Amino acid sequence: MISYVARRLLQSVLILVGISVVTFVLLYLLPADPARQIAGRSATAETVANIRTQLGLDLPFHEQYLRYAKGLLQGDLGRSYLQKTEVSTLIASRLPASLLLMAGAITCELVLGLAMGLIAALKRGSAVDNGLMLASFVGVSAPQFVIGIMMLYVFSVVLGWFPIGGYGTFSHLVLPSLTLGILGAGWYARMMRSSMIDVLRQDYIRTARSKGLKGRTVLFRHALPNAVLPVIAMIGIDIGLFMSGIVVVESVFGWPGIGQLAWQAIQRVDIPIIMGVTLVSACAIVIGNLVADLIAPFIDPRIKLR
Amino acid sequence: MTLTSVPPSEPLLSVRGLVTQVATPRGAKTVVDGLSFDLDRGKTLCIAGESGSGKSMTALSLVQLLPQPMARVAGGEALFKGRDIFALKDDDLRTLRGREIGMIFQEPMTSLNPVLTIGRQLTEAITAQRPMTRAEATAEALRLLDQVQIPDPSRRLKQYPHELSGGMRQRVMIAIALSQGPDILIADEPTTALDVTVQAQILSLIRHLQKERGTAVIMITHDMGVVAEMADDVLVMKDGRMVEHGPVRAIFDAPREAYTRMLLDAVPKLGEMRGTDRPKRAAAPSAALPAIKPAKDVIVDVADLTVRFDIKGGILQRPVSRVHAVEGLTFSIRRGETLALVGESGCGKSTTGKALMNLIPWSGSIRVDGRETSGLSRRAMKPVLRDVQMVFQDPYASLDPRFRVGDLVAEPLVIHGIASGSELKDRVEYLFRRVGLSPEQANRYPHEFSGGQRQRISIARALSLSPKVIIADESVSALDVSIQAQVLDLLQDIQNETGISYLFISHDMAVVEQISHRVAVMYMGQFVELGTRRQIFEDPKHAYTRQLLAAVPVPDPRRERRLYDANVREIKSPIRPLGFVPQYNALEDAGDGHLVAG
Repeated sequence: MISYVARRLLQSVLILVGISVVTFVLLYLLPADPARQIAGRSATAETVANIRTQLGLDLPFHEQYLRYAKGLLQGDLGRSYLQKTEVSTLIASRLPASLLLMAGAITCELVLGLAMGLIAALKRGSAVDNGLMLASFVGVSAPQFVIGIMMLYVFSVVLGWFPIGGYGTFSHLVLPSLTLGILGAGWYARMMRSSMIDVLRQDYIRTARSKGLKGRTVLFRHALPNAVLPVIAMIGIDIGLFMSGIVVVESVFGWPGIGQLAWQAIQRVDIPIIMGVTLVSACAIVIGNLVADLIAPFIDPRIKLR
Repeated sequence: MTLTSVPPSEPLLSVRGLVTQVATPRGAKTVVDGLSFDLDRGKTLCIAGESGSGKSMTALSLVQLLPQPMARVAGGEALFKGRDIFALKDDDLRTLRGREIGMIFQEPMTSLNPVLTIGRQLTEAITAQRPMTRAEATAEALRLLDQVQIPDPSRRLKQYPHELSGGMRQRVMIAIALSQGPDILIADEPTTALDVTVQAQILSLIRHLQKERGTAVIMITHDMGVVAEMADDVLVMKDGRMVEHGPVRAIFDAPREAYTRMLLDAVPKLGEMRGTDRPKRAAAPSAALPAIKPAKDVIVDVADLTVRFDIKGGILQRPVSRVHAVEGLTFSIRRGETLALVGESGCGKSTTGKALMNLIPWSGSIRVDGRETSGLSRRAMKPVLRDVQMVFQDPYASLDPRFRVGDLVAEPLVIHGIASGSELKDRVEYLFRRVGLSPEQANRYPHEFSGGQRQRISIARALSLSPKVIIADESVSALDVSIQAQVLDLLQDIQNETGISYLFISHDMAVVEQISHRVAVMYMGQFVELGTRRQIFEDPKHAYTRQLLAAVPVPDPRRERRLYDANVREIKSPIRPLGFVPQYNALEDAGDGHLVAG
């Protein structure tokens, strides 16, 4: 177990180094000029050149990367070009909001997805099944900004149940979480349905019934734990989906998280922030996958971590 | 529900006119058609039949555990203690299951829930309809595990199914089935997936417990040897209908129906080849095989064949332990000869076959027709591999469902660039005729064929390259006895005609006795005995060989039934720590080339 975690962490470090290189290359190749962005449109060529030298943007690529990497090793993500603040401070102030949103979204996904999939599997072939699968199909295929705006319109503007945007109370959290979680809920509903149908056909379910157990016991003790196994493995991958989702959802709902931070930084070519958010997201995905893999053996004793 | 006790004269269970139907796209198909029988207290009824006869559907109908929603009981009644099972409501059915009728299923590997401990699965059965404290339930679970002869029961309670062998899992299933003290135990092919030695133990255990508790048993089986060993009464089924029903001796001694006779005749009987030198259907040696010079006699020569697999672990995924699958085998296969490899699961017999096919990494020396294959490149290996072909066990899994069977048979010829165009077509047609199929069938897909036909297709595919050796890995094990006999006939015909050699890998001693010239007995990756068929079957020297032979169920109800043995023998694992140095069995000649491990 310990050696497994150690090996996975070692792999994670290599992955993060790879991601930092790739992102750095992509941003380096970007046709936009950050120095021009900082100086403003009316600045002279000389001012722009000065800023460029000041930020080290005139250095060859490998020297720029080494400077950045050296900072990283000391825990320094650099300074924002425009906000004149440490990137780590900016991210730290925004991260809790994003984590809260993600927690809300995971809850929505699991509750909605698993429940829908379970009911659909038990009512297989009925109108309920068809309805739920249609709903999950919409959830999987509709773009998040459309879902977000629809939710805002229906629940905030028309019904007035939830605030239109902002951050602070539980009711602020509901709509953004739903919007972010609905894609995953659709996936989970479909996976849960097929996995449950498969499990219900297994010999051990027949054995459980042959003991004279109640239907409820067979379902929740014998079928459910086996059926959720493939879904658990998906949660790690989901965190990657969230990272792209929060950029959209936070913008729609005015949620002060790192998604919004990233969106603003991209518009202004604030490279240190883009780099910082990318690396933090990568860390989140790596940790998410690791946690999902570490949970698996507790549900399925056949899985051995080696 | 309250259950009245049954007067001793009346049968415990009385089934009348049972009809079970399965929904198919072409409408309802009747799989059990008007079946009637009685079961008396403490007696054993064996329902025997080939696949598709409806015997399992009968068993599942009785506890209403048919696969939902496709199958249903469409008619008839099953009177048990004065009530019709088929008319019971869900709640009453639930109390019937487990408490009145316990069940054991065929597949011990899949019949237990993989994510729950043995203890949990056993105690939940114990407490399903009897409220008791956790401590009481655990005590009862320990008592039950002890009764089914599971060593170290308190440790087993905390283990998961995958940590137990097949035989141990089946014992757990028996404990679960008996946990609520049912009057009837239904066992659906309970030993089919197990090795013969384990099968013998499980069968005698069931008999022992039955006697102690007075339980009536309905045993579903395809194996007439098991029937002879277990039954008081026998019911033979075919295509959902009853063929014959009567006391076991009457059925075996004087079967009235032609089908029963055919079924009994087709069963290979251990010992029936006593006193003959050649395999059952083999041609006289002079006619088929011209005398070959002794030096050229050998087609496959294996020396010091060793196959080990590393099990990896740790941060750097370094080997932590090793599977010693095959250790230092030396043997040869002669032209026109069938050499049988026998042994229990995990003994390395299939691994040996795969090494000869070069499907896995091995060390040692394998010479095919005088050519050394060790160290050859992929390209140089190709023509050698052409001479060795394989027929696998599972006719359902070994043919690609998306290919037409004609293309499957033609594929090796195309890969090796041997034939194309009309020549290819002719060759495939010839092969189809050779294995007893019509060439028109070549355009169909595998799912349109029965198990026996698919195995013929596999044989045609193996024959396509005119190999010198065919490795038949449990090739007839999955087939019904009547089909099995036909496929064995076909294999022997081909040998008579072409002088091909077989390496016949099997766990079935009776089949091996029929088909082989020589037999090698394997245990833990090594030979313990090697000799001609007569030497092995008529004069087994090694204790292990004797044990294997004694475990085979004999289809003769007059034979004394095996006594209950309180000692449990588990098949040993070939996994060893790194650096383990295997001890090689020294094979000594006990006369006439009969090699026996000391």
